[in-house]
Amino acid sequence: MNKKNGILVVLGIILLVFPLVVHSDYYQHLIIIAFIWVIIGSSWNLLAGYTGQVSFGHAIFFGIGAYTAGILAMKLGISAWWGMMFGGITAMLIGLFVGWVCFRLRGPYFALATLAGGEIFRLIATNWEALTEGMVGILIMQTFRSKLPYYYIGLALAASCIYVVHLTMKTKWGYYFVSIREDQDAAASLGINIVLYKNISLLISSFFTGMAGAFYMNYMGFIDPEVVFSLHFVSIMAILVGIVGGVATIWGPAVGAFVMVGLQETFRSAFFGLAPKWVSQGHALVFGLLVIFVIMFFANGIVGDWEKIKKIFFKTRETT
Amino acid sequence: MALLELKNLVKDFGGLRAVNDITLHVKKGEIFGLIGPNGAGKTTIFNCMNSYYPITSGDILFKGKSIKGLKTYKICHLGIARTFQIVKPLARMTVLENVTAAAFCRIKKIKDAKEEAHKVLEFCNLTSEKDKLAKSLPIGGRKRLEIARTLATKPELLLLDETAAGLNPTELDEAIDLIIKIKDSGITILIIEHIMKVIMSISDRIHAINFGETIAEGTPREVAANPAVIEAYLGDDYA
Repeated sequence: MNKKNGILVVLGIILLVFPLVVHSDYYQHLIIIAFIWVIIGSSWNLLAGYTGQVSFGHAIFFGIGAYTAGILAMKLGISAWWGMMFGGITAMLIGLFVGWVCFRLRGPYFALATLAGGEIFRLIATNWEALTEGMVGILIMQTFRSKLPYYYIGLALAASCIYVVHLTMKTKWGYYFVSIREDQDAAASLGINIVLYKNISLLISSFFTGMAGAFYMNYMGFIDPEVVFSLHFVSIMAILVGIVGGVATIWGPAVGAFVMVGLQETFRSAFFGLAPKWVSQGHALVFGLLVIFVIMFFANGIVGDWEKIKKIFFKTRETT
Repeated sequence: MALLELKNLVKDFGGLRAVNDITLHVKKGEIFGLIGPNGAGKTTIFNCMNSYYPITSGDILFKGKSIKGLKTYKICHLGIARTFQIVKPLARMTVLENVTAAAFCRIKKIKDAKEEAHKVLEFCNLTSEKDKLAKSLPIGGRKRLEIARTLATKPELLLLDETAAGLNPTELDEAIDLIIKIKDSGITILIIEHIMKVIMSISDRIHAINFGETIAEGTPREVAANPAVIEAYLGDDYA
């Protein structure tokens, strides 16, 4: 336990000092994006990994959070930082509605319903031009020129999200979430109100995802439906972050976020300009292969199968 | 007053009447056996009792109050707990976590819930398995875990669905001992069982059904001698 805490403290210090040492906007930007993914990944993990309700529609909450902040700032002139709170709360209200509809379904049917939900919200955001400006998108003034404040706000949000998930899983709620994942009927017969606790899990999850969306709005200054309600850039990416890092582990989504953002950037920039340009088109393909690889060999993700991964590396070192 | 009362219980699945007009009374403190050939409707009755299925007509009274239409989890809170014939362990949780999750039914604090879980595991002889994942238990252990979990919810009435099925002779004796121990702790038991050694040796009264209908009720000896029961099990040549 102490060794683990030691690693955490060292990692924390590295993350705190990083932007003071590395002044490059580019690398700071990448880490801020990774922080956003830590939040979305951890929230997704609470609902899908721990509670077993696999969502293919987390873009709903991300988009709602981003649009809440954006619309409040653009139309009403309310600071987009207030929008972070409203973004989370609005995403939660939408979460209540999504839960009311989708929790009537179980397993893969729930997943498909959330998938459809994500597309519905994207189309609403595209077509309700009076409110959302449609495909033109929303542009607001960023508060800070420097990336530094965003970096620390992102870090604080990511850390508190992980901490909340960690705390939640230690309480009765945590036991109930996992029981529901393992067997809904058994859980109900043990006195667990499965509808209520699924909704609690969804509300926590949607709140943090909405906050992440509002933070994204603040940081990027521009959103449109194709970005924040995107199926493959948000909903699927959330699943990838969770699966690659480790479903139903506290640190899995954090690790997954950094791995996925790193990979995405590596491909987007065609291996930092070293490879021919067409390589950048291949990232979706590589993500697919990566998921197949992870599910076949490390079904519990990098964190969940860490012992296994360590063993493989240890063995190869021994033989060479 | 009976602890549990089924009044003219009927359950239809489309055109099939799985349970037809069953009336029975379970008194406080007894072990009440429910027997019948395969497909007689025993498990369906259990599923109606904990609201896993909605009932078609009739009523179910627990301590004189109707529990018809209540949600499954509420019935557990009222004090009726059940095990499943096809065991449903919470596979990727440890045995202790399985029982702790159930203990939250009555206990708020996590420390107290764990303590209660330890007590129940001790009672069910599962203490040595407490840190194993539920999925790694053999069938005997899983059946015990099912019982342990229900006990952690502190029920007044325990519904046991074929707890002894699939056990070897040693495990069978242990299961009988456990059931008697549960009865002695003051819990009323309604048990479905096929294994006659179990049902005949522990039941105070037995209710026999076939094709969803009552065919006999009485002490184990009376029911075993009843021609309708013999016919249902062995055919009319023996009746």
